[in-house]
Amino acid sequence: MNLADHLPALQVALPLLTAPLVILLRNGFLAWLAALVASLASFGLAILLTQAVLAGGVPEYAVGGWQPPFGISLNIDGLSALMLLLVTGASSLGLAGGRLSLRRDIDNRRAPMFYGAWLIALAGLCGIAVAGDAFNVFVFMEISSLATYILIAAGRDRRALSAVFKYLIIGTIGATFYLIGVGFIYMMTGTLNFEDMALRLGEVIETRPVIIAAGFITIGLALKAAIFPLHIWLPRAYTYAPNAVTVFIAACSTKVSIYVLLRFNYGVFHGNLLGHSDLFSVFIVPLALSGILLASAIAIYQGNIKKLLAFSSVAQIGYIALAAGLATQAGLMAAQLHMFNHALAKGTLFLCVSAFVLTSRSTRISNLAGIGRRMPWTMGAFVIAGLSLIGVPGTAGFVSKWYLVVAVMSVPGWGIPLVIAIVISSLLAVVYLWKFVETAYYGTPPDGDVSAMEVPLPLRALIWFAALANIYFGLAPQLPIALAESGTGTLLGGLL
Amino acid sequence: MMATSTLPIILALPLLGAIGIAFTGRWPNLREAISLLTAVTLAVLVFSWFPEVSDGARPRFLLSEPLPGLVLALSLEPLGMMFACIASFLWIINTIYSIGYMRGNNEKHQTRFYICFALAIAAAMGIALADNLFTLFLFYELLTLSTYPLVAHKGDAKTIASARVYLGVLLATSIGLLLPAIIWTWVATGTTTFTLGGIIEGKLAGPAVGLLLGLFVFGIGKAAVMPVHRWLPAAMVAPTPVSALLHAVAVVKAGVFSITKIIIYIFGVDFLFNEPSAQWLQFAAAFTIITASIIALYQTNLKRMLAYSTIGQLSYVIMATVILKPLAEVGAAVHIAAHAFGKITLFFAAGAIYTAAHKTELWQLAGIGRRMPITMAAFTIGALSMIGVPPTAGFVSKWFILAGAFQAENYIAIFTIIGSTVLNAMYFLPIIYFAWLAPPADGVDMNHGEAPKAILLALSVTATLTIVFFFFNQPLLDLESQLVESLPL
Repeated sequence: MNLADHLPALQVALPLLTAPLVILLRNGFLAWLAALVASLASFGLAILLTQAVLAGGVPEYAVGGWQPPFGISLNIDGLSALMLLLVTGASSLGLAGGRLSLRRDIDNRRAPMFYGAWLIALAGLCGIAVAGDAFNVFVFMEISSLATYILIAAGRDRRALSAVFKYLIIGTIGATFYLIGVGFIYMMTGTLNFEDMALRLGEVIETRPVIIAAGFITIGLALKAAIFPLHIWLPRAYTYAPNAVTVFIAACSTKVSIYVLLRFNYGVFHGNLLGHSDLFSVFIVPLALSGILLASAIAIYQGNIKKLLAFSSVAQIGYIALAAGLATQAGLMAAQLHMFNHALAKGTLFLCVSAFVLTSRSTRISNLAGIGRRMPWTMGAFVIAGLSLIGVPGTAGFVSKWYLVVAVMSVPGWGIPLVIAIVISSLLAVVYLWKFVETAYYGTPPDGDVSAMEVPLPLRALIWFAALANIYFGLAPQLPIALAESGTGTLLGGLL
Repeated sequence: MMATSTLPIILALPLLGAIGIAFTGRWPNLREAISLLTAVTLAVLVFSWFPEVSDGARPRFLLSEPLPGLVLALSLEPLGMMFACIASFLWIINTIYSIGYMRGNNEKHQTRFYICFALAIAAAMGIALADNLFTLFLFYELLTLSTYPLVAHKGDAKTIASARVYLGVLLATSIGLLLPAIIWTWVATGTTTFTLGGIIEGKLAGPAVGLLLGLFVFGIGKAAVMPVHRWLPAAMVAPTPVSALLHAVAVVKAGVFSITKIIIYIFGVDFLFNEPSAQWLQFAAAFTIITASIIALYQTNLKRMLAYSTIGQLSYVIMATVILKPLAEVGAAVHIAAHAFGKITLFFAAGAIYTAAHKTELWQLAGIGRRMPITMAAFTIGALSMIGVPPTAGFVSKWFILAGAFQAENYIAIFTIIGSTVLNAMYFLPIIYFAWLAPPADGVDMNHGEAPKAILLALSVTATLTIVFFFFNQPLLDLESQLVESLPL
């Protein structure tokens, strides 16, 4: 075996092993630099893995040479590669763009610990994406969650503490539900490996513990994924977290839970449980729809830009859940593409917000009035990412919206109402984004000062790099489409 | 033979111009020079395509294929050729006018103004050259977004509120109706490419056709068919060059152009003629023409009156298109051009009056012809063209539309046109009369002369063109008659 074969393991090991080294550093800047290098290296590994997946697939990796189903296996398909790109990309974006804002938010003495926690969260999220068995998914989920709680609470805003406590309680309930479900399945099948589970579940089909397990797993993951109305932890956690942390977690953490939801529901249950996909649709689609509409409407009334974007995230998660809940090939494509595109747009938006806060020290929309004239570059990028969020053609958001609309149109009897709901929610997105854009460009700053004040050039360049990525993937979305196709293939593999 | 690779340059030129303007904002003379240079180069490039397209060439250029089967592509056909010519040519004149107006009124944020203007032109070129619905939609949205800062230019609370109506109506209709219509077309036919003769035939039938047509017509809010016309009077808060851009150069023209193009290339004229469920559109158009003209009668503000006049004139194009007879299709295309020349003249005149005398209300205009003879002469020509009096451009298009209506024995169209002509005369002629012959109203300051030279130059050119077009329109007629060559008379 050469080094290239160990890529799946390295993807987790690299950030996990760098984390304690970072903690040993005594200097905030060095710790940041080390974390950034590790994060970028992980991103590089994710790119290598993606190339390997597209070139024909990555063979199953047996940890320590113990063959599955007895040993731990790591599996990489298109969907995993997509998640790895998202997680490592968001982490790199948050770290690279967060240098200045983190220096302000995090006490220098505690900075090494903070960056250590960041890398542990990164390792956990990567681990979920590569793990081939249900229990390791749980372990990595706990690793990433615990580290994320630390990240959110690490800032100077005391309100983060109550927010994170709520997140902690709900996140733990979600993880526990998931574990209970996995426990039931283990009891019935004697295996934890996803592939093995899918094979053996057929023997105990339609037994009560399996059905209950499906319920526990779905609800537990829906809690962690913040699917409406199980989202109550999300807005405050996003809002009061340090800005760079919000860039990281908003772009990827809930999506990783949806990833597990897809794995379980399609990879394991779909082929075995009779009528499971109908039940799943009936459960998830109404929730997703209400999330799409209500969360968008709530976002309009937010006075804090981070909270506004957080509610927008709840709505966008609704899109993903809706697409996934359709239980069709087109729907799964749309769900995966929207995970990618929404992460791109939301990451850029939160990055812009962190730049606004650097200069104006507030996230209240009224305090940010006139910011568009004072920071034209950053605001321009915000508008581009906002258009992507709305789904204007030429941006990444359009691609997934297109797939989503085409997918729902083929739902017998419900096509037109679903399209109308999506259209209404897109218009609500126009309203809540434009509310901010208008204030930012034409409002009068609270102190009446309209002199220019931009963030330093490197940060501006990074922001524009992210914004242009939104356009690039709107005009040339071949990469996410190829990955989503590969992912759809494995998810529905047993059924087609 | 021109290389098809020049098609994307048509798009890129104004974009490059916008970047150049952004970097030269500190030196106004250089900035305006770049604006003008870009406009002239663009017009030369666009016009150099005219002879070939007139000879039947249909160049096509593939930009990218973001989704399987969904391509970004550019192509030139008679309708788009004409729209591109009008927009690129009037951009030159509008730039000259803008320089006079923006400096004459000491407007702020002029760099932003010229950047957005260039972006709007790029979007208009994209609409003109769109090879399919998807490309059209992309540039349609870009046009809305790039004109929003222009409408909101003044930046005070009232302007922002109006600009919000502008953006809200246009985005809501395009995302809410146009996009679903495009997706429906794509799902039903598997393509969105503009094809002469249409792509719907055999794929959809019955009431679905009428419904799809409705989604398109009301989804393209820029065409201002009632009741989605509210944004147009709201946008009157913009500086006058922007109003001219909206009414003559790009925005509303993009609206009626898109509808005409969709009817000819997506539905197909023949197919739609035999489809009863599509007949409602001529009633909607007739209603808009008459209602808008009546509302215009009651306006006391010059620009608002012109806005309602535009709403009526736009529906002329729509109605001409849905007469669905060859002569009327040619009339529809020609009316896009004729109305552009006439209306831009009227707006230039309104702006000239505002710049020189700061007058905006109709009652203030009494006797103004003696103070501003050139401006009012141009205004008179523009108004006559709106009514359709020879020798002006408006007569040519009305002639073809009426001829088409008689061909189809469509009495609704005939009576609407006659009624609207009377109404147009009723609201334009009194202004002309009072401006030239009446004494000034009490308390109105008449101590002013003509507007700055750049403004006068611009409105003289457009007024002259309005008349020239009456005598010299054969190239355009030849070009547009290619649209209907295959049709039985």
